[in-house]
Amino acid sequence: MPGRLEPDEMPRRDWLGLAGLWTAALAVGGSLVGMARLPKPRVSPEASSRFRAGSPLEYPPGTVKVLPDQIVRMIATEAGVAALSLVCTHLGCVVGEDADGGFLCPCHGSRFDAQGKVLGGPAPRPLRWLEVSQAADGALVVDAAREVPAGDFYPPTSGRPA
Amino acid sequence: MAASGLATFWENLRALPRNLRDSLVRHGAPSSDRARSQAVFTNFFLHVHATRIHPRTLSLTTTWGLGVSLIAQFVILTATGVLLMVYYTPSVELAYNSIKDLHYVVPTGRFIRNIHRWAAHLMVITVILHMARVFYTAAYKAPREFNWVLGMMLFVLTLALSFSGYLLPWDQLAYWAVTIGANIAASPNELVHALGLPAAFNVGDLQRELLLGASTVGQEALTRFYLLHVMVLPIAMVLIMGVHIWRIRKDGGLARPEGTPTPAGKGVGTMTPQMQTPSSAPGKSYGLMCIVKGRSPYTGQDPDETVPAWPYLLRAELLVFMITMLVCVALGLLFDAPLKEIANPAVPENPAKAPWYFLGLQEMVSYSAFVGGLVIPAIVVLGLALIPFLDREKEPAGVWFSGARGKRIAAWSVLFAAIAAVLSVAVPVRYGWLRNWFPDIHQLWIIIFNPGSLLTVAYAVWSLWILSRTRSTRLGAIALFTCFLVGFVILTYVGTYLRGPNWEFYWSPADWPVH
Repeated sequence: MPGRLEPDEMPRRDWLGLAGLWTAALAVGGSLVGMARLPKPRVSPEASSRFRAGSPLEYPPGTVKVLPDQIVRMIATEAGVAALSLVCTHLGCVVGEDADGGFLCPCHGSRFDAQGKVLGGPAPRPLRWLEVSQAADGALVVDAAREVPAGDFYPPTSGRPA
Repeated sequence: MAASGLATFWENLRALPRNLRDSLVRHGAPSSDRARSQAVFTNFFLHVHATRIHPRTLSLTTTWGLGVSLIAQFVILTATGVLLMVYYTPSVELAYNSIKDLHYVVPTGRFIRNIHRWAAHLMVITVILHMARVFYTAAYKAPREFNWVLGMMLFVLTLALSFSGYLLPWDQLAYWAVTIGANIAASPNELVHALGLPAAFNVGDLQRELLLGASTVGQEALTRFYLLHVMVLPIAMVLIMGVHIWRIRKDGGLARPEGTPTPAGKGVGTMTPQMQTPSSAPGKSYGLMCIVKGRSPYTGQDPDETVPAWPYLLRAELLVFMITMLVCVALGLLFDAPLKEIANPAVPENPAKAPWYFLGLQEMVSYSAFVGGLVIPAIVVLGLALIPFLDREKEPAGVWFSGARGKRIAAWSVLFAAIAAVLSVAVPVRYGWLRNWFPDIHQLWIIIFNPGSLLTVAYAVWSLWILSRTRSTRLGAIALFTCFLVGFVILTYVGTYLRGPNWEFYWSPADWPVH
């Protein structure tokens, strides 16, 4: 008697049919997975995230200067130079300055103080402080892709008035 | 031989017009009801209709013609969209200028673009009205559950098409919409960061990269959204729309109450099919009867209950189509589609507002990107899509609000939903929110407790309370859907009229600071 323990043997024809079906399904599934790989680029097409911010001589202590094309605010103190990103950490709009030196986001109303700390609104994180370094010729280089802790000033080693 | 060959040829040539017509059209002249029904049955373009329909289908208050109007709008959008593609160039350098060319130089370009825009806006409104009509007349109930799900997909597709459409001109609206949209896709990162998980969990980055084709907004993003707008989304739309319409027929025509009076005045008009298992089929071969759902042919039912689709239904559809055309053309003649300044990646507009239908969402997003932009919309779409499976009460379809009790519940729900939505905006405006009270609060608390999430919970609790009080899933569903509609309207109103520069609250745009 065929039962759960001794089931009927599958007829050869059914087995071949199922095997064919599964082969086709695997082929289609495999192709779909392969196709899904295409839209994810291997190389990022945009320009480098590093940009030159000029000579350290342009940043005597006390300087606050916005580079609108790079969307950063350069801040220079006795401790060195820092770059504060003006891209809102909420959804990527560019924040505007308010009357007290802080920032307001025009898209969803996030508010930050002059150091980028979140004061209100939906922004989940403070504005980013970007890594500042120096090129071989002494020019300051900011990397928009690298973040440093807030309040981290880069002391230029040369090209700065003593 | 030669003579008779020539004669045959001559004969065939003379018969050519008639034979061409006969091979083109598979039915005779539509000179009688029978011939017309046959035409509807055999013609590829007409066969989406049943050959005969219930007269209730034709009554204005059954559907308000909303579904047919949506098809008309989609056809108008396709035709005008193809025309716009003749001049539009999907390149960040040229897109803006090609739209300007369309507006100022191309013959009828401005008119066609206006129609395209107004038809798109009309479509968003009509989809919502259509959804409300189907919901309040309980037309989503078995066996039409899945058609409601298909409708939800079409709702989402309509919004996706609108979004991908308004960012093609690459003006200020477009650029910042892509930026914000892509960052909403990346917003799960917010949660990952708040929980302190390693960066490997940032699925949001992958989603953003797939949308933008890069890590910043540029040509790759425009190419991808163009592809979505003119190719991927419309194909998906046509496919699902086809199934949506086909299901109307296969699910038994438009929903209507049992025993609806008919012109013939006899018979019980239930056309709702019951699933019939093929077990009752003859053993050897299956006739068509065995696979058609329901008791076919409809016995005990007078064919006089129904009217032929041609001319009655076709005439009604043509009328709706004409009215839709008229509205689109009139709007296109009267109002120009706006175009903002060319995209400027350094400065967004202030306030940077989405088109009106996304302003409720923008209000939600201004509480939390992840919850307002992804979690709540996902809950809303899923919650609405599942309604037919959670409310399975048998009741007369086609009755507005399912009777007086439903009307009362809907009215109370309007009141509750309006108060809750107004509070959700007014309290943060007047008293601030968590971060104003506890400046160093952990981000996780804001993700969980924000006006948007609380409003969603309030609506869910209200619906469950109605459900348990009335012991009716249908009334619970009416409460939920009404809350959704009212919340949508109020938040859209707030986003449109009460939010100004920096998304701050103003009673009127006249109070906005000048600068």
